[in-house]
Amino acid sequence: MSHIDVKGLTKVFGNHPERGVELARQGKSKDEILAETGQVLAVNDVSFDVDQGEMFVVMGLSGSGKSTVIRMLNRLIEPTSGTVDLDGERISDMSMSRLREVRAQKMSMVFQHFALFPHRTVGDNAAYGLKIQGVDEAERRERAEGALARVGLSGWFDRYPSEMSGGMKQRVGIARGLATDADILLMDEPFSALDPLIRRDMQDLLMELQAELSRTVVFITHDLNEAMRIGDRIVVMKDGAVVQVGTGEEIIHDPATTYVADFVADVDRSRVLTASLAMHEPSATFGPDATPREVLDHLDTSERNGVYVVDDDNRVLGVARDQEMAAAMQANAPTIRDHLVDAYATASPDTLLDDLSAIAARHTVSIAVIDDEGHLLGTVPRPALLRALAGDRRMDATRGSDGPARDQVEAPSEDATTSREVPA
Amino acid sequence: MRLLAQDALFPDWNITENVGNAWDAFVDASEVVFDALSTFLDDTLVSSVEWILTTPPPIVVIIALALVAWFSKGWKLGLGTFVAFWAMQSIGYFEPTMESLAIVLVAALIALVIGVPLGILASRSGPASKILRPVLDFMQTMPSFVYLMLAVALVGVGAAGGVLASVIFAMPPAVRLTELGIRQVDKEVVEAAEAFGATPGEVLRQVQLPLALPTIMAGVNQVIMLSLSMVVIGGLAGGGGIAGNVVEGVTRLDFGLGIVAGLCVVVLAVFLDRVTSALGGDDGAAAAA
Repeated sequence: MSHIDVKGLTKVFGNHPERGVELARQGKSKDEILAETGQVLAVNDVSFDVDQGEMFVVMGLSGSGKSTVIRMLNRLIEPTSGTVDLDGERISDMSMSRLREVRAQKMSMVFQHFALFPHRTVGDNAAYGLKIQGVDEAERRERAEGALARVGLSGWFDRYPSEMSGGMKQRVGIARGLATDADILLMDEPFSALDPLIRRDMQDLLMELQAELSRTVVFITHDLNEAMRIGDRIVVMKDGAVVQVGTGEEIIHDPATTYVADFVADVDRSRVLTASLAMHEPSATFGPDATPREVLDHLDTSERNGVYVVDDDNRVLGVARDQEMAAAMQANAPTIRDHLVDAYATASPDTLLDDLSAIAARHTVSIAVIDDEGHLLGTVPRPALLRALAGDRRMDATRGSDGPARDQVEAPSEDATTSREVPA
Repeated sequence: MRLLAQDALFPDWNITENVGNAWDAFVDASEVVFDALSTFLDDTLVSSVEWILTTPPPIVVIIALALVAWFSKGWKLGLGTFVAFWAMQSIGYFEPTMESLAIVLVAALIALVIGVPLGILASRSGPASKILRPVLDFMQTMPSFVYLMLAVALVGVGAAGGVLASVIFAMPPAVRLTELGIRQVDKEVVEAAEAFGATPGEVLRQVQLPLALPTIMAGVNQVIMLSLSMVVIGGLAGGGGIAGNVVEGVTRLDFGLGIVAGLCVVVLAVFLDRVTSALGGDDGAAAAA
């Protein structure tokens, strides 16, 4: 069961919201509904689910309804229709007193403009949720100091927010959210009001905290790079509706609509896409017992200068290059085993393309993509890398999603001396 | 053209007599209530405050007022207050000024006790705000002499009439500025309190009122100043105090009395204004910190 389950969430602002909902169900657009009834369709039939410990990003431009969506999760804004379930408990139906308990204990919130209480000390701000819960003062102070320490603000307990910079204020906002030990952290564009450099620091801080605490985070942003950087999954919204849900890579590589495609056009793809996307199955690999002539034959016909040599378990032993093979043939070597070189670069499937491009041209063979045990999963030839960076969507057709190289591990060729041609 | 003539176009209504009769009937019917109110205002509230201000030796009261000024604003205002009230006692007008101050304080207190909660109500309820707005307009624009006349009719001549008229005349800023102050509080900050599970009462006490305090204090300042101006007019209805001296000077064309008593009112006004605005300002600085 998913942690937060949102189904058909709809919000119409105006004095006759039910009319707006009705027209929305008939498929009328936001503008048509506004013109016909004067009702503002802010959020239209939004459904998604968030898993425990996930960093879930809701991304959209202003007016896309993303801030309304996050406020309907804790009912700062009442949904017009639709449901929000938290661990199977229906938030959208619960009494106000139960809702206040849930807000105090299970969900905390971080705001775009920090929303600190200016008349309270930093410590009292951080401890506010605990005060509402009725925690006694000594424990409040201890837990708030702990939360402040986590965000790097030890020693600020008795100061006032007015003495702080924007980045520090938002650290207090985050500490306030952490202090209650609420499992869910709702973050409404928490870093949008900060300078770019500070914003990056804060993203790092959030990711560190997340690695340590693994809260469930619902994070709102209009910044796609930010969404890509921190989000496990991203939902893209436009005009109050969900356009696409997926990982950053899925959204960049396979945008659902031209709107998303335009949106992701400016993203630095090299910092989002990973080797697994640009990876090809190796055109051929040889076992160590192949003869130099067999390798040369292959290199000759495939117009390459080198090829990977793997053992029975598909672990890379080295590279057989044309010059060494020719020398070995002249010396009448029976196998290529003793004539391999290690002139190749490796990467994991999760390596960013940004890091791959730095090493792509260094060797005669393509970059080897290997798993943790050293199995060869595939290779990234330079053209594939450049193509992925250029955003060619047709790559999907040529890319095996499971990695055919892995099939080879499961069914290694009986005859290690013949080249292992991989079916395309 | 005859159609446009006065007789044809406008009926000849004569309602002042009717309104007057209705008012008389109201006064007769509510006599018991307003007699009790008059006794309560005059004999209990105003007399108590007056007792505090006039029973101790004047020098004690003057020092106490100077200390209030010092602590609310600074030593300069404290010193100025001391000198001004010392001079007032020296020319013999300190006691009537304190009598007027007692009426002002009672009237302002009642106006605030009624006005601030109404302002809170208006800030939380759109309909309440819409109903209150024209009522407040009415209260503020009706000529103050009319209130005085009505108040005298209800509670008779004396301090009670001045208090009643002052309360009605001075209350609107308390309502308006309380509503404005609460509505001005950053919506996100209110949401933050709600998002952590605060009840509406906790949001009001812990967030909205503290952050609205500078604006509310500006309302308190205005209430006190308006009360003072009304209390001076109340001198016409036998309200006593320094206002009585002013009226006496005016009616007797005694320029010396009129000017000196008028200056005493000015001193009292400046004292009240500086002290109350300093309280709002200081609290404002603390709230913004």
